[in-house]
Amino acid sequence: MTATPAIEGWFTTGPEPALVGSRCTTCTTVYFPPLAGGFCRNPACDGEDFESTELSRRGRIWSYTDAQYQPPAPYVPASDPYEPFALAAVELPEGLTVLGQVAQGYGVADLRVGAEAELVVEILHDDLSIWRWKPVVELGQEADQ
Amino acid sequence: MSHDVAVLGVGMHPWGKWGKNFVTYGVHAARAALADAGVAWTDVDLVVGGETVRNGYGGYVAGATFAQALGWNGARVATSYAACATGAQALDTARARILAGLCEVALVVGADTTPKGFLAPNAGERWDDPDWLRFRLLGMTNPAYFALYARRRMDLYGATQEDFAQVKVKNARHGLENPYARYRKAVSVEDVMSSAVVSDPLHLLDICATSDGAAAVVLASTEYAKRLGLASPVRVSAVSTVTPTFPNTVMDMPNLSTDSSAAVGEPEHTFKESIARAAYEEAGIEPADVGVAEVYDLSTALELDWIEDLGLSGRGEAEQLLRAGETTIGGRIPVNPSGGLACFGEAVPAQALAQVCELTWQLRGQATGRQVEGATVGITANQGLFGHGSSVILSV
Repeated sequence: MTATPAIEGWFTTGPEPALVGSRCTTCTTVYFPPLAGGFCRNPACDGEDFESTELSRRGRIWSYTDAQYQPPAPYVPASDPYEPFALAAVELPEGLTVLGQVAQGYGVADLRVGAEAELVVEILHDDLSIWRWKPVVELGQEADQ
Repeated sequence: MSHDVAVLGVGMHPWGKWGKNFVTYGVHAARAALADAGVAWTDVDLVVGGETVRNGYGGYVAGATFAQALGWNGARVATSYAACATGAQALDTARARILAGLCEVALVVGADTTPKGFLAPNAGERWDDPDWLRFRLLGMTNPAYFALYARRRMDLYGATQEDFAQVKVKNARHGLENPYARYRKAVSVEDVMSSAVVSDPLHLLDICATSDGAAAVVLASTEYAKRLGLASPVRVSAVSTVTPTFPNTVMDMPNLSTDSSAAVGEPEHTFKESIARAAYEEAGIEPADVGVAEVYDLSTALELDWIEDLGLSGRGEAEQLLRAGETTIGGRIPVNPSGGLACFGEAVPAQALAQVCELTWQLRGQATGRQVEGATVGITANQGLFGHGSSVILSV
């Protein structure tokens, strides 16, 4: 089964997936999600031209939590009965923080503020894929996992 | 020229789940505020309504809806929407017209009837709306955002879930004697800790409910107040409704990401800090002058964030204030003497006005059973979706 991205143009797939942002060609400010409209949001920039740019695949966890109750629609649960999942906000070297669900099999106990996380693509539900954050296990800690 | 306007009267409808139309609550609060002011409805020359987005067309034009329900009197009308800051923005609209000499006495009303459970986005497929996408792509609820902020306090400053529970315990105690509060029951740390975890680290009792409720304020010029024989009324000294400064690098509901600071460095102050700083600057006072605060405790942990954002303690020090009892009534800087959202639950367009009602009663010495002694300056704070937030400073 080939999965389709749950939203078009926000992330690449393949062995090294990445988020796709927009970079203003005038002031170099980077945006994610990619800008739908053509105006730079830097108040000192009147740029209207953007190029697609892949964001760094690794960043530092800004914070994290989980959803122990099934969120309301338009969220679509991946399983019945509902299984809780974790969420993380990750600060990227591009100077922005991006929310995502946490990779399958990891929970809040596997996360801490400041720890490293890496982008992966997994199934959101049915045949739709989504980006997720997977904690990077540091060398020497693997034995504890 | 002074930028102060006088608070002539305040009124509320008790918060709860009463199952009535929002107009019923709004008119009840409006009549209470007019009676408190000793002003006849027919003397009001501006009515400003806080819009509710969950009650159909009448909610979209709330100012006119309240005016009609009170009986058309020919007053000018306005309706404001600014998410959680709706009431403060409505107040600011009234203040501006009074200060411009375009109006003498204004009635500001906010009221809501809310659904049960998580606040979910409006129906329909909206792939360009972050408030829809956060549910569709991530399952990111409001409590999940509150939990992100709470977790940072734990990992960065050593806060504990017991600290968060103590905020609830304090606010529940504050609200016991408040006739307008929905929840008037003592809560223990064990009650909070044994309630279900909604979004780690927050328990059900750390998170505020949604409620029906209404609040109203009658504002006038200080000259008008004098003519009514009020020599030293409670005054509105500042209403801050500033927007964020780019790049806004703190994750905000309902966004999926922050701005990037790569090309333009981070601003000196976060959005929430800047809301308070603008209020202090407008009032010409310092955080040390504040004697009482009403802040938006959507979660218990968020109250601790606000204490720091308002400059009432240093960054990472709010837990110390809490543990020392400084934020309870009788302490150095009582926070949420009304009981806060913990005791009220959120009624969006009414909530920022309810904060103003409480501080008015506090500064007049009329907050029976929850009175903060000796306060002459009070500050409110809240933040809503899409770059809206507010802080109001009242003084006497």
